[in-house]
Amino acid sequence: MCDTCGCGQPEDAVTIQRPGQNKSVSPPEHDRGHSHDHTHHHDHDHSHGRIIQVESDILAENNLRAARNRGYLEAKHIFALNLVSSPGSGKTTIVEETIRQLHSEIPVTVIEGDQQSMRDANRIDATGVPVVQVNTGTGCHLDADMIHRAMDELNPPEHSLLIIENVGNLVCPALFDLGEAHKVVIISVTEGDDKPHKYPTMFDAADLCIINKTDLLPYVDFDTERCKQFALEVNHHLQFFEISAKTGEGVDAWISWVKQQI
Amino acid sequence: MHEMSIALSLCDLAAREAEKAQATKINEVEIEVGDLAGILIESLDFCFGIAAKSTIVNGAKLKIIRIPAKGTCLDCGSNFTVREMFARCPDCDSFKVRIDQGKDLRIRSINVD
Repeated sequence: MCDTCGCGQPEDAVTIQRPGQNKSVSPPEHDRGHSHDHTHHHDHDHSHGRIIQVESDILAENNLRAARNRGYLEAKHIFALNLVSSPGSGKTTIVEETIRQLHSEIPVTVIEGDQQSMRDANRIDATGVPVVQVNTGTGCHLDADMIHRAMDELNPPEHSLLIIENVGNLVCPALFDLGEAHKVVIISVTEGDDKPHKYPTMFDAADLCIINKTDLLPYVDFDTERCKQFALEVNHHLQFFEISAKTGEGVDAWISWVKQQI
Repeated sequence: MHEMSIALSLCDLAAREAEKAQATKINEVEIEVGDLAGILIESLDFCFGIAAKSTIVNGAKLKIIRIPAKGTCLDCGSNFTVREMFARCPDCDSFKVRIDQGKDLRIRSINVD
């Protein structure tokens, strides 16, 4: 599933690279076969035609690839988390803190997703764990094929933790299964406690919710209990962690949950 | 914006089915979209027109059937129509609601020549 719309972005716009690597583009597995020819006409004459029953999920292709990823991860005993949130909630800082506390005990690898730049991958690289950056170009989410290609490059070891940091976007990544064990939605206290009601699809898709930047609570009008209530109204299975990735407050509970899963 | 990815997948699927049926033209693509599918219909319709360009799907009409969302209360067992993800049981006020229907995003059929 490429994110080219046929209007300007080349087909190979998604890049997957390690820090310090020259930009190399591994071609996607699929061949969409659409050209970017814009000479067309809208012919809406309808004949009566034949009806062909299809009855298939529109995201079947992505779901199939996600299932393949999940099988690979399970076979290698790799626990994969897909971190999703708005831009600026502190995902990368949470990843850094998680690595700092875990990687002496458990091997950790990271796939970073952003539209552009190597900034996040460079931050993770500085912690010393293997990381690849997926740049989606203009794409608004990671999909299962990108993760498949990124894992090919990353080659995560058996019995490890794979953290996937999705593109900062509280809408689109909700619909795209990557093959992860759990989606973790992150909301920071600077964002407004009513976000679960405003962007319910993501809170519905997630299993865990991290409320981050709790060190800023004295300075903002964020009601943690109200936020949790809103989130539970969307998804009553959600499990919460209240943390400050910056000060380390509450991170212990998150780390021990991750350890229990591996 | 994810509607573009959805539209591209939809066109791929429709084109593949048309090819299997040795069709020369797709007149209509009929899909089901649940009220809680997380899809903006207007956006999907717009993206479909662009995604279809230069493929056998070009010029096809997109027929969208909305699927109403339905839920079951896990506390009292009541069944009801759901309008939001944060559904409350109309009988007992519980938020422990299982969504049974309404997240659908399916291609139902294509009409081809």
